[in-house]
Amino acid sequence: MHLVLFFIFGLLCVAGALNLLLQHHPINSALSLIVVMTSLAVLYLLLGAEFLAAAQVIVYSGAIMVLFTFVIMLLNAGVEEHTHGSKAAYIVGFPGAAALFGILAYIFLEQSDRLGSAKLGGYLATTHDLSQVLFRDLLLPFEATSALILVAILGAVALARKEH
Amino acid sequence: MVPIAYYLVLSAILFSIGVAAFLVKRNIITIFMSIELMLNAVNLTFVAFAHRWHQVSGQIFVFFVMVVAAAEAAVGLAIIIALFRTRATLNVDQVDLMKL
Repeated sequence: MHLVLFFIFGLLCVAGALNLLLQHHPINSALSLIVVMTSLAVLYLLLGAEFLAAAQVIVYSGAIMVLFTFVIMLLNAGVEEHTHGSKAAYIVGFPGAAALFGILAYIFLEQSDRLGSAKLGGYLATTHDLSQVLFRDLLLPFEATSALILVAILGAVALARKEH
Repeated sequence: MVPIAYYLVLSAILFSIGVAAFLVKRNIITIFMSIELMLNAVNLTFVAFAHRWHQVSGQIFVFFVMVVAAAEAAVGLAIIIALFRTRATLNVDQVDLMKL
């Protein structure tokens, strides 16, 4: 059951990511990225990270991707143009990415025995466990993120404001 | 039973596709989205390792990555809007204000 679910949503992830790469219109790429993020939420659930699965759906597919689609629609950006520079990127980019994948996959599969395997429901980190660490041991970094978000909001407002 | 290595290989696939999209794409918004894809791939690695060693620290780290990604998306998209106002293009080849 676990393996079947992993393959269904893993394939959905890869298909969405490939679609992001192949589409020429940014809105299509954004919609396929939403598919990737939602299927990743299911994979988090399979790994026993229930809080992160909810946060992934709310923060990533909800907030961030809505921001992306909103900006794409606001700017009314058309199909991306092919320029002279993209040819060199094709020659270097695809083999480079394939080599990166090859190295990473080789290392992970080599160490497969030591990494063990995941069982459905084998380990469940509840929101309670997470909050214990977050609000007791890591309270200062948590508070620092609120300052970070505030600065980001101020920066976004200052940058996007129309100058008179 | 799914080997943890499968999750890590899936994350490697997503990360490599993100790298390829980052290098090949010319539209600044799509480049930005491929950065988000790479961040998500790394998040999957963190969750898989957190599951492997029964630690919540990995998941906490994913939480912080999400926060930083949200802040980054807000500021980055504001920069894109400001850029589009002055240059009227989203093509990265035509945005070379800082070129010497």
